[in-house]
Amino acid sequence: MYGKRLRALALTTFAALTLTWVLAFFWAPDDADQGFLQKIFYLHVPLAIVTLGGFVYGAVAAIMHLRTRDSRWDMRSYVAIHLSLVFGVGVLITGSIWARGSWGVWWDWSEPTLVSFLLVMLLYATYQPLRFAIEDPERQARYASVFAITAGAFVPINFVIVRLSTAYLHPRVLGNISGNLPGRFQVVFYLALVSMALLWITLWRYEMTSKHAGAQLRALRRRLSGEDQQDTQPRRSAVPTLGVEAGAPR
Amino acid sequence: MSAPGVSAPGAGPRVPRTRVVLAALLRKELTVELRSFEAVPAMTLFSVTTFVLFHFALSRNTLSGDLASGVLWVTLLFAAVLGINRLFVADAEQGGFDGFLLSPADRSVLLYSKALTLLAYLVVLEVVAVPAFALLLLGPALWPALPGLLAALALGDLGIVVIGTFVGALAVRTSVRDLLGPMISLPLLVPVLLCAARLSSPLLGAGHVGSLPLRWLATLALYDLVFGLITFAVFDFLLED
Amino acid sequence: MILGELSLHHAVPYVAAAFIVFFALILLYLAIMAGKLSRIERELGELTEPAAHRPGAGAKDAP
Repeated sequence: MYGKRLRALALTTFAALTLTWVLAFFWAPDDADQGFLQKIFYLHVPLAIVTLGGFVYGAVAAIMHLRTRDSRWDMRSYVAIHLSLVFGVGVLITGSIWARGSWGVWWDWSEPTLVSFLLVMLLYATYQPLRFAIEDPERQARYASVFAITAGAFVPINFVIVRLSTAYLHPRVLGNISGNLPGRFQVVFYLALVSMALLWITLWRYEMTSKHAGAQLRALRRRLSGEDQQDTQPRRSAVPTLGVEAGAPR
Repeated sequence: MSAPGVSAPGAGPRVPRTRVVLAALLRKELTVELRSFEAVPAMTLFSVTTFVLFHFALSRNTLSGDLASGVLWVTLLFAAVLGINRLFVADAEQGGFDGFLLSPADRSVLLYSKALTLLAYLVVLEVVAVPAFALLLLGPALWPALPGLLAALALGDLGIVVIGTFVGALAVRTSVRDLLGPMISLPLLVPVLLCAARLSSPLLGAGHVGSLPLRWLATLALYDLVFGLITFAVFDFLLED
Repeated sequence: MILGELSLHHAVPYVAAAFIVFFALILLYLAIMAGKLSRIERELGELTEPAAHRPGAGAKDAP
């Protein structure tokens, strides 16, 4: 069951996030260069790291799906990618706001993080159209997993390559993630990273619970209305179908 | 569409050697393409037309350096995407997949044959497109740049082939294959484009021909290798039914 | 753009905007999820109501 520890997880996340922002705004000193604007850093960078981690987890779950052919892994992969897409939109928008505040432009090609992110998002934006374009659920899940694995490999490689391409243009402050941060900055940053990761995990479990409940509901309806109504879902869907109707436990 | 030469002589279903199957599949691809002229003429014509488009769009008579490199590679990329779209279509529509899957051949051979076919398309494309580019748009002379450019083209083609074969197989049995193909392959091809363009731009510089930047050569080669391995690893899963 | 001249007054709208966007995204996500959950609840209600009248006769075990 995905909902089991959800409440505790949510409360922990809330506490971590609150602590992070309190510390970020009242304890961490202002940056010498950017002043107050630098506070976005505690939002944007952890968001980015967690998003990428989510995509990579989506790839790992996809590998497990191909190995075990268990549709639950497909669902895990789907939700992870779906959630990371939402977070990724946040990364692009907050990064753009930061760029506008720092350098007066809404988009800057010499900022490797944002450029790589744009590319990754363009790729993952095709995930749902791909799923939706395949009717057979088994093949849909299989092809989606193949895509997720390849895209997951693309994420780190793409970052390195884009970084290479902007390397000899002047490096921006955004690039210095946690490399050379003094004391308080580092504490708050890592706290922000942990709380953002907790947020992702909480939302992931939340969506998994919802999807799982929906699948169980469909199975229940099928059972109650009789075997002949197999496709109570005649509509095409990009969402994975869980094999709950087989009476699988959990 | 069974591949001739696959069935092994003698008793028992012996798995035929990869080389034999590969040769048979390639012969089939070549025959089909020569009979129907589906992909290559379209790709080639498209590239020349695109050069003309760029002339009018950029209001330039000659290009050099970054601009020349960029125009050349973007054109090649889009022409390649046309080819990728067509790569698996005949098999999907006419049961070629089933025929292949029923044979005792190793599944990866289909990957090799499609990849080599796409490579062949690209080579023919470039034999026409690169001189056309030199004629229509390139300012500096092509000849001194040619050795380096051939290296850039070779590595770039490898990247296009690896990604293209993967995406072609992925997109072909979906309902919107013509849209999904470019949508998925273009982001994956951006690093290839990036490296190839950076590789080519000093070669096409106005004034004198620069040297091949090794950093981009190595990066492109590595990218080709990594995605080649990934495609090889996951390809079987695309062919299961 | 000289970075040292960024004043607090100038920066606050941007920081606020970033946080608002972040929260808006999260809330939007939760709202959509809430919609799906309430649909599940409604459909569950539709199923259990007739099932309460039927003494389990319609239930068949899936193989």
